[in-house]
Parts: sequence; C-alpha cells; structure tokens
Amino acid sequence: MRPLDASGLPDVMDDDWPLDVSGLPDITDDDFSQWRARMARETMMGDEAIALGAVHAGLGGAFAYPGTPSTEIMETLQEFVKRQAEGKLDGVKNAFTAQWCANEKTAYESALGSSFAGKRSMVSMKHVGLNVAADPFINSALIRINGGLVVVVADDPGMHSSQDEQDSRWLADFARVPCFEPADPQQAYDMTREAFELSEKIEAPVMIRITTRLAHSRSLVETSAAKAQGAIQKPKVTKDWILMPANARRRWHEVLGKQPELQAMSSSSSWNPLSLKGEKLGVITTGLARQYWLENADEYAAAKGEIAHLHIGFYPMPEASIRKLYDACDEILVIEEGYPYVERQLRGIVAPGKKIMGKETGEIPYEGELSPDLVRKALGLPERKGLAVKELSPPGRPPQLCMGCPHADSYGALKEALKDYSQHAVLSDIGCYTLGALPPYNAIEATVDMGASIGMARGAASVGLRPTVAVIGDSTFYHSGLSNLIDAVSHNTNMTVLILDNDTTGMTGAQPTILPSSRLEPVLKGVGVHPDHIKVIRAHKNEHEKNVAIIKAELAHEGPSVVVMVRECLEALKKARKA
Amino acid sequence: MKYDIVLCGVGGQGGISVSVVIARAAMAEGLRVKQSEVHGMSQRGGEVLAHLRLSDKEPASPTIPLGSASLILSFEPLEALRYLPWLNAEKGVVVSATTPLKNMGTYPETEKVMSELSALPNKILLDADAIAREAGNAKAGNMVLVGAAAKLMPIKPESIEKAIRELFARKGEQVVEANLKAFEYGRKANS
Repeated sequence: MRPLDASGLPDVMDDDWPLDVSGLPDITDDDFSQWRARMARETMMGDEAIALGAVHAGLGGAFAYPGTPSTEIMETLQEFVKRQAEGKLDGVKNAFTAQWCANEKTAYESALGSSFAGKRSMVSMKHVGLNVAADPFINSALIRINGGLVVVVADDPGMHSSQDEQDSRWLADFARVPCFEPADPQQAYDMTREAFELSEKIEAPVMIRITTRLAHSRSLVETSAAKAQGAIQKPKVTKDWILMPANARRRWHEVLGKQPELQAMSSSSSWNPLSLKGEKLGVITTGLARQYWLENADEYAAAKGEIAHLHIGFYPMPEASIRKLYDACDEILVIEEGYPYVERQLRGIVAPGKKIMGKETGEIPYEGELSPDLVRKALGLPERKGLAVKELSPPGRPPQLCMGCPHADSYGALKEALKDYSQHAVLSDIGCYTLGALPPYNAIEATVDMGASIGMARGAASVGLRPTVAVIGDSTFYHSGLSNLIDAVSHNTNMTVLILDNDTTGMTGAQPTILPSSRLEPVLKGVGVHPDHIKVIRAHKNEHEKNVAIIKAELAHEGPSVVVMVRECLEALKKARKA
Repeated sequence: MKYDIVLCGVGGQGGISVSVVIARAAMAEGLRVKQSEVHGMSQRGGEVLAHLRLSDKEPASPTIPLGSASLILSFEPLEALRYLPWLNAEKGVVVSATTPLKNMGTYPETEKVMSELSALPNKILLDADAIAREAGNAKAGNMVLVGAAAKLMPIKPESIEKAIRELFARKGEQVVEANLKAFEYGRKANS
C-alpha cells in the first residue's frame, strides 16, 4: 500500500469539531467498499491512468491527434473537461483544455506554447506520430522548458493497428530527453505525475513511453490528491526559447552537461530497482516486460534458484546499476518490448566477456509483442500447453469495412471508372479505407504514411504514369495531405485526388475531424484547385453511374482535380445515437 | 486463487461490456482484476479478444499464459476454437454461442466447427441468440452466455446481477431488466 498524499485535503479547524453528522445517512461497510472501489482505487486502462495523472498533476493544456493505441488519453481528458465543468471531477478546481489537433506536429507545438505560457502541458500520440512531430520534439529538448511538458508516446509492437513497430525510446535518447516507461496502469498514473515535476525541475521535456498492452489493459489504480494548476507565467528569459545558432549552441552544451546528473538520477531512481539476490542469471526488464517476467518469476526461483534483477522504468540507462548487476552475475537476459534498446546500450556500457542474451541473440523474438510464454521460453522453463483444435485450422478473420460503409461505394465507383485503362495507379493512405486493399475491393496499391497518397500519386504522375489517383480520408487530408496538394497545384500535376469525406476520424473510433465537411471545398478552392475540377458527390451506390462518369471525366483532365466523396461514417452515426 | 477468462468473438458483439460486468462483480467481492482489450483496426468486423484475470493477488501479466485459462467465453463458435491453446487442458471449460458469424469466404463448414467443439472435454454450447429472444431481447445474447458461465466462475450470481444493474442503469430500467432476464435464462440453461 502506498502512503496517501494528503497535501491537497482541506484542513479541519478546531471550530469544526465535533462535526455535526446528525443529518447524514448511516454509512454501511458496503457503501464504504463501493466508495473505495469507485473513487480511490478504480480500474483504469493505462491510457486513462495517464490522463488522470496529468489532471491530478495540475494540467493546463493537452493536445493530440488520434492514433491507436494512444487515442483514449485525449478521449479521457475531454471527458474530464466536461466533468470538471460540472464540478464532478474530485478535487480539480481549475478548468483545463484538451484539444484534438490537425496532426501530431501541430499538437506538439500547441503544447510547447502552453508550456511557454507557464502551464503544465501534455501532448500524446502514437509512435509514428512522433515522426511527424520529430521536428518540434527534438528541438524542444534545447529549450528551457517553462510549464512542465510531458510527451506521451504509445508504441505498437506487434503492429495491431500500425504500419511499423518503431521504439520511441530511441527518439528520446536521440533528443537527450529523459523517458519513463510504466509497467502497469498504477505506474502510468504515478509516473505521469512525476514526469511533470521532473520536467519543471530539469527544465526539459519528458517522455512517457507506453506500449499497446499497457495502453489498453485495466487494473486497479490508487490515486492521490490533485494539485492546483499554476498561473500564467511566461519564461523569465526568452532567449532560451529562441533557437538561433548562438543560443542553440549554448543550450545544446547545457543539455549535454545535464546528462551525468540524469544518469545518476537513473541509477538511484526508485523506478529502477536492483536486486542482487542471485549470482548466476541476471535479468533486466523494462516497462511492461516486468509483468511477463513476474508471471514466471516464482516458478523460476523454485526450479532454478534466486535470480538477480534490475528493472528499468526510467531512462537514461542506469549505468551504475547495470555494472553492478553485470559484475554480480554470470550471464544477463534482457527482456524488453520493442527494439533491443537496452540490450544494445548494454553492450556499450559493460566490458565484453559475459554472455548477454535478448533479441539480438534470439532468446527473445526480435519482432512482435512479448507474452508470458515467450518470456517463459527465454528463461528455459517448460512450455505450457492448452488444448488444440483437432482437424480444423481456424482461418483468420481479417478486419473489414462495416456493412454499408460509404468507402465501399467509393471504391466501387473508382474501380469502374478505371477499368478501361490498361495502366493506372491508385495510391492510398492511413485510415479505414486502407481496408480497400483486401478482397472484395482490391482497389489500392500503396499505403505508407499519413498524407503520402497525394505526394506519391503526384510523384508517379510527374514522371509520366497516368492516370494516377490518390485516395485519402478527410481527417488524413487535413493531417498532412494538404501540403502535398499544394505541390500538385503548383506544378499543375496531372492527377486526381479522391477525398473520402465521412466527416470523422473513423478508424480510431470516430473522433471529430479538425474542420467540418463544409470547410473542405473552400479549402480546396483556396489553395488553387480549379473550381471546375472540384467535384463534391455523394458516396452511395444509388448514385453509382453518375459518380463513375464524374470520376472518369476528372481522370481525363489535364492538371490536378479533386473528387470529394461525401457520406457520414456509420460508426460515427452509431456513436452519436448512443450519446 | 486465480481464474483466467478468455473472452472472444467478432468486432461489435459486445465483448467489452461482458468483460466490464464480470470485472466489476469480481471486484465487489474483493478480488483483484486485470483486463486486456484490443482496440483499433481489428474492431472492424475482425476477431476480437479480451483477457480477464481474476485473482486474490494482483495478477502480474495483463495477458493470460497458454494453457492457463479456466474459461473461454465465446460469442461465436469458430472464435472459441481459435483460443483453445490458452485453455487449461484438464479443467478449462468452453462456454460458447453456436451461431456462426460467417463474414469471410474462408469460414469452414459449420458441422466441422461444431464437431470440434462437441469433442471438447468440458463445454457448454448454447444458442445464445435464441435464448436471448425468448428472454425478450435479441441483443442480450452476451448476457445469456455470462449466465451460462455463472456457476463456473468464483463470483456470486447476485454480484453479477448488481454489476449488470450498474452498467446498464444509464440506459433505463427496460434495458436493465432485459439483460437481467437474459442472464437468468442463461443460468437456467446450465443449471
């Protein structure tokens, strides 16, 4: 049990004593256990725990673009904004803001500005979102952060809903930004609170890196009293915010100079506990991987004896603790989710000689998520077996577009419009419509990153491939398709952009698009697409013939054209009906 | 004491609300709970899986180790087969709905799926949708399954009923009653 932080509780004055309780109903044990279950110790997803931790740390502003598995952080914050306004968010006296943004870069920059204003600020995103926000992220490490700035990045090992499984710890290291990696929702809550304190103490951004299973697994979280939000207070010295070369050189020198202190902090941090009980095998776990190790630890100890263990929940690497562990043991096993980050660093920290096992040596698989069974195998414990299907081999059930989804009708029209061309290219983007790659549609030929459809179609068209079509959703278009369209207008590229406008960010659970459908046409006109070649049509099979004819005409047009295919997302409709 | 449950089905079948009901009921009885869900792309008509771990000590891993689940609670027969490797080979029980959801061309013949399920040592197979219709709410097939599994789980049925009331309270008394009735019919189906 952790000690309760009573700092935010009102003092009970002598005058108030004895309290008059005559009008209150009796509190039964049952009521009390209900209250305990609901208030102080709720089960929460990792994402929800981070949101609550931020609010309890005195959050002023939070900013994000939706992306699995990070989406629920902002969704929860927005729910908290409502509850706070109704006076139903316990102990949180000050209003705060929580906003969806056009993309991760704009979200990051908003958070940076909010920190400039002196408020505790958070930006959250999925791992590939940090690529989009890499410019402000890496440069913000050189700024003297004012209001605490916490960057939450949710990695997706196993690629449940992503195009890669990059490990954000490398980017934290690259930017020389300290990083927390929680093991469970409780740590997610506690670390979020601490990350704000640390950010203000060292005047630098602080990252919290989570992975899918932590983001979306629930367990009990004990919370402590909320802190009050700070006042608006600009930085005392703004030259540390002006990254012109002379300032940047000075700041980089200072940031590098701070690293030994962070190093020392890491080795003494309670998030990085070291136990030197055993002397044969030493295990290093990081973040969630600790849970998979713990699942097997008792059995290992019973079968093979005590084990030395270093857990890492805070980076930079706790080098002193690592050396102690290495010196005390015959061999080391590194268990971490994502890339072999600790494992590689380790080889640079300790003198060669002893065996270091992990992803690079194959004891732990290089790819995908960890599981209790994979860790079991790496520990040399006997495999567990359940039942097996006797004759059948259950075929996979790939995700698919909802019945009646407007994207299906859009792809139907596009495919027919293209069928008379012996050669064509359809480059698509990230969203539900990526499922157009699968049967029965088989309608798209590329999906790489947010906004790439228009850029790739433009590049292919520029070197002579025609007709070339980009297929992109409205939210992805605003995220980073727009700047590619500006290139197309500038170069008068022969290409057609199909914007599948369902007025929502569908794949992540129907968050509102940053601008409503009605703004799309003026935006297209505004960047200079010829008004005769902006066609707004209804994506419905009843309009199939008409839609095919319109797309065909635009495919033949010399220069950029945009066909906006409009119909509301069914998931969004369902969600609206529920609310 | 530990009791691991694999909840599975196809996106949109209401697996998450079942997970919440069982978890709340378990917590009300003082058990520690850990749940793991899958969100995002696979929710679009794909296979959906949730792990629910109940224990008197805090469970370590958010996911269930192979061969460890006491119960597979499945809303679709093929999905029940998919997760058999997680089921405890001696004591594990499969509680599954029998109505196939064939939203892909590769779905095997229904008889083959059912004969695999029938050959399992411990199983309760029921037409949850039909029972839910009998109970007066075609959509409450998931609560019929919870009812059918009730006597297997280390939780009192009253606690589950209370959790159903809490979860559906916002949606009005009619929805609460319909779900309670579905739960009751499920219990009768496996009494």
